[in-house]
Amino acid sequence: MSNTRKAFANGKAFIPFITCGDPDLETTAKVVRAMAAAGADLIELGVPFSDPTAEGPVIMEANVRALSAGTTTDKVFDMVRDLRKDVTIPLAFMTYANVVFSYGTEKFASICAEIGMDAVILPDVPFEEKEDFAPIFRKYGIDLVSLIAPTSAERIAMIAKEAEGFIYIVSSLGVTGVRNEITTDIGALVEQVRANTKTPCAVGFGISKPEQARKMAGFSDGAIVGSAIVRLMAQYGRDAAPHVAEYVKQMKDAVREA
Amino acid sequence: MTNMNGRFGVHGGQYIPETLMKAVIELEEAYNHYKADPEFQAELTGLLNDYGGRPSRLYYAKKMTEDLGGAKIYLKREDLNHTGAHKINNVLGQALLAKKMGKTRLIAETGAGQHGVATATAAALMGMECVVYMGKEDTIRQALNVYRMKLLGSTVVPVTTGTGTLKDACSACFREWTNRIDDTHYCLGSVMGPHPFPTIVRDFQAVISKEIKEQLMEKEGRLPDVVLACVGGGSNAIGAFYHFLEDKSVRLIGCEAAGRGVDTAETAATIATGRLGIFHGMKSYFCQDQYGQIAPVYSISAGLDYPGIGPEHAMLHDTGRAEYVPVTDDEAVNAFEYLSRTEGIIPAIESAHAVAHAMKLAPTMDRDKIIVINISGRGDKDCAAIARYRGEDIYE
Repeated sequence: MSNTRKAFANGKAFIPFITCGDPDLETTAKVVRAMAAAGADLIELGVPFSDPTAEGPVIMEANVRALSAGTTTDKVFDMVRDLRKDVTIPLAFMTYANVVFSYGTEKFASICAEIGMDAVILPDVPFEEKEDFAPIFRKYGIDLVSLIAPTSAERIAMIAKEAEGFIYIVSSLGVTGVRNEITTDIGALVEQVRANTKTPCAVGFGISKPEQARKMAGFSDGAIVGSAIVRLMAQYGRDAAPHVAEYVKQMKDAVREA
Repeated sequence: MTNMNGRFGVHGGQYIPETLMKAVIELEEAYNHYKADPEFQAELTGLLNDYGGRPSRLYYAKKMTEDLGGAKIYLKREDLNHTGAHKINNVLGQALLAKKMGKTRLIAETGAGQHGVATATAAALMGMECVVYMGKEDTIRQALNVYRMKLLGSTVVPVTTGTGTLKDACSACFREWTNRIDDTHYCLGSVMGPHPFPTIVRDFQAVISKEIKEQLMEKEGRLPDVVLACVGGGSNAIGAFYHFLEDKSVRLIGCEAAGRGVDTAETAATIATGRLGIFHGMKSYFCQDQYGQIAPVYSISAGLDYPGIGPEHAMLHDTGRAEYVPVTDDEAVNAFEYLSRTEGIIPAIESAHAVAHAMKLAPTMDRDKIIVINISGRGDKDCAAIARYRGEDIYE
């Protein structure tokens, strides 16, 4: 069992996302530690990219703030190296294909292993293109997380059968961002996934409120939240840690009841 | 030329969110079906000819030839097409395809505004809804085209993210398409993006080289020695090159926008300054920094102001079948004025990049050699910007 799956060993998982370097890496490290202490089961660390085409405005702007602050992939690696002195929960990078490819996929994967990362999520690498990345990450013991969308339909079996770590279920059409309502039949989607794999699955995109997280975790093995946390980062900046911790605690309590 | 998942050598592919995979798979299936359907092809040819104004003329530029004193120069007059550029070739094809697929709404990105205008035109013709995404910066540079699109009944959305130019307009389209797939076709304007777009757009633009070949055979009884075209994403260039790919005696030269020079940061010359990467659905060459952050490129030409190049061009560069040369703003503006004065033809500033290279190349070639320049569009839209470049403030 890979380390990633430990996130699902204690009941339903709560998985927060944060863009590294927004507004600076010291703050990111502080917030990650606070989220871990508040009950996060796995944390997604966004490595900033100039043109994040799967993101809505909230996370897009976080990427701009992070890059403007001089955040680089190497500096993110250094931050994780330091975090791993005391943060033990699974960690996953969320970034775009070019950040990895341009760095050198092999070099990126080997550093991930060295600094203690567990998984990588690349939203612009679908099943058809994963052979560029998955075998290399596998060699270094890093899971390449697969995504399943409301449009996946007959593709679900194929994707689920080869999934590693956990499956990221995209709740809705469109890009990342807070939604008032999630209209996709997540229950049916998860059922199709589970018919094909034992890999746990968590639902993300559009979740911001505790009752949404509870509902989504009820259908699946966990809930993923990005934009709502990034909004707190935009609001509180360097002082965000206690606010984010409080939010994570609320959300973890909600999924625990799922 | 292509294989599984639309690879051109190592380039191409489908690097897009899972949400969009269904849409590109459906598009590929529909395209393969209609490509082989004589009824569809006849309908498209009818539209291209009767509505689009094809075939476009191949014009012998006698004065320019005599003035430069070298190779004979022919101009492929894509600027004479309806809406004033080659973009209509692809748009009529895609709009017809989208309509057959039951789509009722087109979205498109645009740089100079030519592709946006062409898409707005096709949408008006076919009774479809149309939303065009255009970088905020470009809506200012190309205000006239914004008005044209609105006049044609389309909505124009200014894109303020990133550098507010073509790449950001593309990103906005991908985001919008992810949001609304069922009734919407993304009418992509160049030979880029995920498979099958580079292949579909190439096929619809290949009519340019098919005609050049036939027309030059009729006029000169032979193949050209050089075919020149400007390259941003590369749709007019691939259209002008395609039917000559197997004719190894024909030199194919793509002219990239060097902006203020390839040794400056203000350039959009992808082959000259970029490296292999993955962006906007494809593996190809991109202007980027050491960490893979896409570079904020620059060119006077809004249509060439893009940090990447289509995957088939990337392959043609790798294999050496086509050459890619940088042309600066200054050279392009000179050529813009030169062709206007010499032949009475005002080329698009994009096409002027190809004219500029012809001005360097023709004098070095013998008089019995032939150069064909693809004049991909007309330059009316650029007059105000070029006037400003020359320090003259005029009202549009």
